[in-house]
Amino acid sequence: MLSNIQILPEVASTMAGKVDALYFFITAVSVFFFLLVMLLVTFFAIRFRRRSEDERPKPIHGSLKLELLWTVIPFILGMAMFGWGAVLYFDMFTPPAEGMNVYVVGKQWMWKIQHPEGNREINELHVPVGTPVKLIMTSEDVIHSFFVPAFRMKMDVLPGRYTTAWFEATKPGKYHLFCAEYCGTKHSQMTGSVYAMEPVDYQDWLARESAATLSMAQAGEQLYNQLGCGTCHAQEGDPRGPSLYGLHGRAVELLTGNAITADDSYIRESILLPAAKLVAGYGPLMPTYKGQVNEEELLRLVAYIKSLNLDTEDSTSEPRGGKELEEQRNE
Amino acid sequence: MSNTVAAASRPEPDNNYLTAGYGLKSWLLTTDHKRIAILYLIMISVFFVIGGLFAVLIRLELLTPAGDLVSSDTYNKLFTLHGLVMIFFFLIPSIPAVMGNFLIPLMIGARDLAFPRINLLSWYVFAIGGMTTFAVVLFGGVDTGWTFYTPYSSTYSKTAVGLTAIGVFITGFSSILTGLNFVVTIHKMRAPGLTWFRLPLFVWAHYATSLIMLIGTPVVAITILLVFLERVFGVGIFDPALGGDPVLFQHLFWFYSHPAVYIMILPSMGVISEVVACFSRKRIFGYGFVAFSSLAIAVLGFLIWGHHMFTSGQSIFAGMVFSILTMLVAIPSAVKVFNWTATMYKGSISYETPMIYVFGFLGLFTVGGLTGLFLGALGLDVHVHDTYFVVAHFHYIMVGGAIMGYLAALHFWWPKITGKLYSEAWAKLSAIIIFIGFNLTFFPQFLVGYLGMPRRYHVYPDEFQIFQVLSTAGASILAIGYAFPAFYLTWSLFRGKAAPANPWNAKGLEWTVPSPPPKHNFDTIPVVEEEAYDYSRLEEEVV
Amino acid sequence: MSEAHSGLVAHQFETAEQQRETANLGMWSFLITEVMMFGALFTAYGFYRTKYPAAFAAGSDHLDYLMGAFNTAVLICSSLTMALAVQAAQHGKRKGIILFLLLTILLGGVFLGVKVLEYADKYEHHLIPGIHFSVDSSYAAQIELFYCFYFAMTGLHALHMIVGITILGILVALSHRRRFSTDYYNPVEMAGLYWHFVDIVWIFLFPLLYLIGRS
Repeated sequence: MLSNIQILPEVASTMAGKVDALYFFITAVSVFFFLLVMLLVTFFAIRFRRRSEDERPKPIHGSLKLELLWTVIPFILGMAMFGWGAVLYFDMFTPPAEGMNVYVVGKQWMWKIQHPEGNREINELHVPVGTPVKLIMTSEDVIHSFFVPAFRMKMDVLPGRYTTAWFEATKPGKYHLFCAEYCGTKHSQMTGSVYAMEPVDYQDWLARESAATLSMAQAGEQLYNQLGCGTCHAQEGDPRGPSLYGLHGRAVELLTGNAITADDSYIRESILLPAAKLVAGYGPLMPTYKGQVNEEELLRLVAYIKSLNLDTEDSTSEPRGGKELEEQRNE
Repeated sequence: MSNTVAAASRPEPDNNYLTAGYGLKSWLLTTDHKRIAILYLIMISVFFVIGGLFAVLIRLELLTPAGDLVSSDTYNKLFTLHGLVMIFFFLIPSIPAVMGNFLIPLMIGARDLAFPRINLLSWYVFAIGGMTTFAVVLFGGVDTGWTFYTPYSSTYSKTAVGLTAIGVFITGFSSILTGLNFVVTIHKMRAPGLTWFRLPLFVWAHYATSLIMLIGTPVVAITILLVFLERVFGVGIFDPALGGDPVLFQHLFWFYSHPAVYIMILPSMGVISEVVACFSRKRIFGYGFVAFSSLAIAVLGFLIWGHHMFTSGQSIFAGMVFSILTMLVAIPSAVKVFNWTATMYKGSISYETPMIYVFGFLGLFTVGGLTGLFLGALGLDVHVHDTYFVVAHFHYIMVGGAIMGYLAALHFWWPKITGKLYSEAWAKLSAIIIFIGFNLTFFPQFLVGYLGMPRRYHVYPDEFQIFQVLSTAGASILAIGYAFPAFYLTWSLFRGKAAPANPWNAKGLEWTVPSPPPKHNFDTIPVVEEEAYDYSRLEEEVV
Repeated sequence: MSEAHSGLVAHQFETAEQQRETANLGMWSFLITEVMMFGALFTAYGFYRTKYPAAFAAGSDHLDYLMGAFNTAVLICSSLTMALAVQAAQHGKRKGIILFLLLTILLGGVFLGVKVLEYADKYEHHLIPGIHFSVDSSYAAQIELFYCFYFAMTGLHALHMIVGITILGILVALSHRRRFSTDYYNPVEMAGLYWHFVDIVWIFLFPLLYLIGRS
């Protein structure tokens, strides 16, 4: 029975093996130092045990050499662990450019997931193996944390902003999805499963599930029209509001003179809090849409605005101001 | 004693601090640091039992993967109260408020702390804070976790968060007042000749601890107060609906609560220095390094709070800064462990109970410290953050380290505090039971943590059960180990042999006064002419 | 021992000098904790101010900087009278202590009175967060956040003023009973340190809340 006990979680992502390697390294260092201290303590305790009450051992004040030795060696090892850990951390939170996006909304106590193709799932996430999957996550209420042990991946999901994480599954299978940040009564039941599938199976799954649904961008477009966003944000621009075509990922010059990259969070904030970061040349005319769109709908709007980039890619006109600002930022 | 003028064996058994007055009033209105220490001892012992009972229920619930013993809400309240009580009402005051209070004036040759009335006030503030938190249990408990993360605590929780916040806020002031008293006392009340580098390391450790209390506690106090204001009056400084940032709360909270870990462990390290020197009859190896490593830990401790937030969405750059500083704080801890080990080299080592606890401390604290490296390494922390790995790590530090040190201190100075000797056999037995029980309880949690079991889980997948069962089995052994001292120590009060002034042949001014010490400690303030732990000059004494 | 236990020196001290130094260090340590407490609020305020500069500037616009400036002047005067009270204590001038302490209390009272007027004004204009807040602006929520800080910070400061006034009141009573002399005036000196600290906090609060970024 004991042989059945697992002590390592499954290795099912590109990152998992790398994290395990660091784990083994630190474990080895720890075991070495633990045994060293324990053996010395045991040896001294026996070798120098008190044999008579009259013993008055000669005082030893210390040794600078030894102090330096046991300062420098832990320092070097500590820096090695830091460096190794930092490289992994950097990789974990720097998603590769290619790959797919998945949108996650956490709420007490469930995970709501949308695929760009329009598929929606609750407490389940289907992904293909071999493709980097970038998660764009937010919370409707308290802080949650998206944790898949088999992928060695975890990221807090915060209300009021987007956080991102990515993974690339390597092995088909069903894996635990946990909420790792305490979020109230049913925190321990805010769990689910991640299904990593062969790409063909994933395509099948997508087709099977999304036959009747709109893609996220299409759903976002519907909402966009419903809310009348296009009235002011016309494709060719409008005195009332800037064009949203080619906006995503571009540097935007703000009224304050600063430049900001129009990422998911900026778009989200601009819908909910239009006056916070006004684009240069436009007045604070836009009303807030807080309360009119929920987090999932916001993600669809973001997906739609993102999709406007693809449409403009083949158009000849460079997005306004983009080039110059990009250059300014590079200086 | 060559170093003091005070006579070691003054024949005034009836004139000690315990017999200086008998009425309830003589205790509740006392300004004697020794009596206040006893008041604290009683108080924190009660809180330890309460916190322990919560732990028992948690462990029983986790025997099975399903939530069959208590409901989810109850479970959440149990771990919240366990954390709150153990941290704010047991661990933080444990060694400083009991042992530090009792011993610092004795160790530095003073008649009392600098501000005896403030000392009493701090106990009352502590008692009021404790009662407020206790009232929370009557009002249905609180379920935010001891970390009070917003916006759950400020907006979503339906439990008595406001009252708890006030309780913690009040208790914070008790800690501030104690720290303030110690800092000033250590600066201004040392006996003639007792220079900084002749101070016992226990005093150095408390000095470092007190600095943390002074600088850190006000920050958490105001932060918790803001949560209270947000909850009760809607002053929403962390409210995402107003554009507030719940992560800012985490920054402010950990700015205190990470150093708070050092409030718990530094005094314990001070105890280890005293005990290891006494039972090795050796000067502490590298005294200066051990002393300054306490200060280094206190200072670095304030710069690494962000390592609790590697997955919170803070920038990668911030994560790296906090990670590198975290690795640095490991060094002074390692330096201490190596110096204690080296102290034993060519010593004259005997195995009385306090020393057994020191052996236990060295084993458990080393594991606790080394597993901190796993959590400080960024990429690895992402996986183990908020899992049982963290739970195991901080229990190894705070129970394996701090409580082992507390028990070592209790057994080392028990004869001094009470004037009675306890049963060595029972005490050693319980030390060994605690050591075994502790490891069985918490070691499996490292494994289940790396497997991915998140902390604060009421129900969990089946494959984690075996580890939880081991853990609960260990906890029952641990509980027995903790129950023993309550009996044999109490028994010693009534039946124990009278303790001589210096039962261990230890150095230090506290051993030059009778056991228990007289009301004003020293008739004549001693003049110190030697370094700490000068065991080569130990004279034979009648034990 | 000769000097000790003459009634003015507590039993734990050897000399009056030691007692005075100890009290001094104790007070400064306490002030450090106060700095940390206000410091946490200032840090949080600074964080949001950089995050929402426009909203916070708009929040400042709703504050009456003349009242703030008047209060600043009042507090600076109170610091002067407090310093004079300490000086009187050093010279053992009992009537001077009482006079200047009473003046300090009066000025503190004026400050709090003005503060009450300001709070009442905010109430009328619906600027009390959580209870009654409405502002016509596209970033009303962040202005509310500004007012959360305004009330938390000035409230905590006012609380310190009230504590200070209470302490000064006690000192007046003690001084009236001839408790202080040129040998013993620690409490007056310590209260002075506290009072100056509370003033300094206001010197930071006034520009941060009322002045920076107002149009």
